[in-house]
Amino acid sequence: MKKKNSVLIQNSITYAIVIACWVLVQILTATGNMTSLMKGLLVPLCIYVILAVSLNLTVGILGELSLGHAGFMCVGAFSGAFFTNYMEAAIPGVGLRFFLALLLGAAVAGVFGILIGIPVLRLKGDYLAIVTLAFGEIIKNLINALYVGRDGSGLHFSLKDTLSLGMDDTGVVLIKGAQGITGTPKAATFTIGVLLVLLTLFIVLNLIHSRAGRAIMAIRDNRIAAESIGINITKYKLMAFSISAALAGVAGVLYAHNLSSLAATPKNFGYNMSIMILVFVVLGGLGNIRGSMIAAVVLTMLPELLRGLNDYRMLIYAVVLIVMMLFNSSPRAIELREVFMEKFRKKRKTTAKEAA
Amino acid sequence: MKKAISLGLAAVMAASLTACGGGSAETTAAGSEAASTAAEGSESESTEAAGESAAAEGGTIKLGVIGPLTGPAAAYGIAVQNGADLAVKEINAAGGANGVMFEVKAEDDENDSEKAINAYNTLKDWGMQMLVGTTTSKPCIAVAAETANDNMFQITPSGSAVECVANDNVFRVCFADPDQGTASAKYIGENKLATKVAIIYDSSTEYSSGIRESFVKEAPNYGIEVVADEAFTADTNTDFSVQLDKAKEAGAELVFLPIYYQEASVILKQAADKDFAPIFFGCDGMDGILTVENFDTSLAEGLMLLTPFSVTEESSKAFTEAYVAAYGIEPNQFAADSYDAVYAIAAAVEKAGITADMSVSDMCDAMKTAMTEISIDGLTGADMTWNAAGEPNKAPKAAKIVNGEYVME
Repeated sequence: MKKKNSVLIQNSITYAIVIACWVLVQILTATGNMTSLMKGLLVPLCIYVILAVSLNLTVGILGELSLGHAGFMCVGAFSGAFFTNYMEAAIPGVGLRFFLALLLGAAVAGVFGILIGIPVLRLKGDYLAIVTLAFGEIIKNLINALYVGRDGSGLHFSLKDTLSLGMDDTGVVLIKGAQGITGTPKAATFTIGVLLVLLTLFIVLNLIHSRAGRAIMAIRDNRIAAESIGINITKYKLMAFSISAALAGVAGVLYAHNLSSLAATPKNFGYNMSIMILVFVVLGGLGNIRGSMIAAVVLTMLPELLRGLNDYRMLIYAVVLIVMMLFNSSPRAIELREVFMEKFRKKRKTTAKEAA
Repeated sequence: MKKAISLGLAAVMAASLTACGGGSAETTAAGSEAASTAAEGSESESTEAAGESAAAEGGTIKLGVIGPLTGPAAAYGIAVQNGADLAVKEINAAGGANGVMFEVKAEDDENDSEKAINAYNTLKDWGMQMLVGTTTSKPCIAVAAETANDNMFQITPSGSAVECVANDNVFRVCFADPDQGTASAKYIGENKLATKVAIIYDSSTEYSSGIRESFVKEAPNYGIEVVADEAFTADTNTDFSVQLDKAKEAGAELVFLPIYYQEASVILKQAADKDFAPIFFGCDGMDGILTVENFDTSLAEGLMLLTPFSVTEESSKAFTEAYVAAYGIEPNQFAADSYDAVYAIAAAVEKAGITADMSVSDMCDAMKTAMTEISIDGLTGADMTWNAAGEPNKAPKAAKIVNGEYVME
């Protein structure tokens, strides 16, 4: 009973942090205290928080190292942006199109998660990491070669160039290979982003504390033991993996509707991005959802806040990252911190005694 | 234990929040100041108008520059930054445009759309009134949507993708990608360089595929037959023997390379190893091939390229000297493009009688019409004019590499 209550309290604190941030931003905006830079960063922050929380489900809770998270984000981004542009005539309302695009992006990324998960989750450890890494790169390269256009007679696909689409004069190119999709309406707002963050937290936190979540963690801790008590390993692994992928797809749709030009470059959907998200998760603590959120926010804002330092900002960013990692996970640092905490506690005790 | 970690992180976050809180307070103070001065400005303007005395105190217009200052494309962004910087210094030394001085500040976008938006917002916080940028095409498209939203005047020195200038507040100095393809076909056809042409292009950049597409479309009109059309991507840009073999077998007299110079240097080397010596023809991305490290420049002998700028040209001598003196390296066409962009802004500001105390939006509206009325003799073309769509109108120029130097044809 007590345990359940403490879980509830912990979860409420996580939600409360997000809502408090939203309220703070609303107050700052209303009183005109927000810089343009901060306003521009709000939606990306939501995107990275969603990505970090969803990857934590795979890495922290399921215990499988995935390096293809940006690939799922890419799938979501392109399917969502394609839908929004394709349906421009059929559904005039941008809000409705965006909402449907979010659903579609999540669904497509989730399906990809299942498709990739079936063969990949048979592997373990490093092998799984390498295959997911390859998947992310394959997705990126496929999209870079994909041309889709539409004219009076319907959709045309090509893997060569726009000329080979063979469209008539009314044809419009929707996905233009390496140039990607341009002209997606900017529908993403901070409020929508926060709602999606809350939704992500709701899904992930509830999953963790449900029967399925305990089964997933049992697989992480001891696969053989879990199997021996009759847990369906494949089912629960796939469940965690595809939910994680679908949430990354949502983040992708948000990303696509925040920028008017969407292209799959190594920077935004390559393995650099996958590693970046993994850094958020590792820094925030494996399995620690709140930590992922905070790490994503801090690490996204840091390079922007360091802009004043010009050329040194990348250097300082790297140094800060290393220091933070060491502080968080090096055994020596943990030891030192413990000693420090012990002293602190003793001091408090003695002062308390003295006071008494 | 976990509590200690989360406490530490929370402290870091709180610190960063207070940091940005402090920053925002400062800028709002500056913002309200600016607003009040703007209000004063408009008052004084109306009184001036009444008194019909135009005092030449135009104030200072803040120009923002965005480009990749770090990462693999940094050479382009730094050149744009330097070019704009040099032009602003010269204009200010000469008394400004109608007494209006300029101030320039550059921000890094790492050649990434998302970072470019952050850079744009940072510059807005600084008080930017016009934007020179962005340097590369993809970020430019993303930023152009933002400037259209804010109605801020934007001129990109080198954003060559068609969509960069889709909005009417955006102008550019360089040619659009398709125009380069068309111009190349025209140049090759009219100068009867070859009839059998092979193309090797990078299908993963819009620059390369954009030029190639219009070249293929235009080639038949000039009696050019495309005998081989081979692609590579950013992941396969180290070995070109397959593409070169196909071009050789097809009997190509000219190989068209609408690509950047790093890959071109590899192609030239591998072609020499194969004893394949057609004419090589490139576009403005080829500019810089003579500066590639460990590249035997004799291989580039006879290479032709369509470029708007060359340091050996008579008209660019003064610029080149000043640039080398200030920054210690030779300028490339990106520097020339941004230099011209700032001069175009100065000319338009003068033409429209813009003063620094106008609002960003009013400034943009005035600039839109003024840009179509000016004509400047820039480094990248004599008698440059702009149309309302934002495209420049100037004659394409081709250069040939002779004795290790670019020589204008």
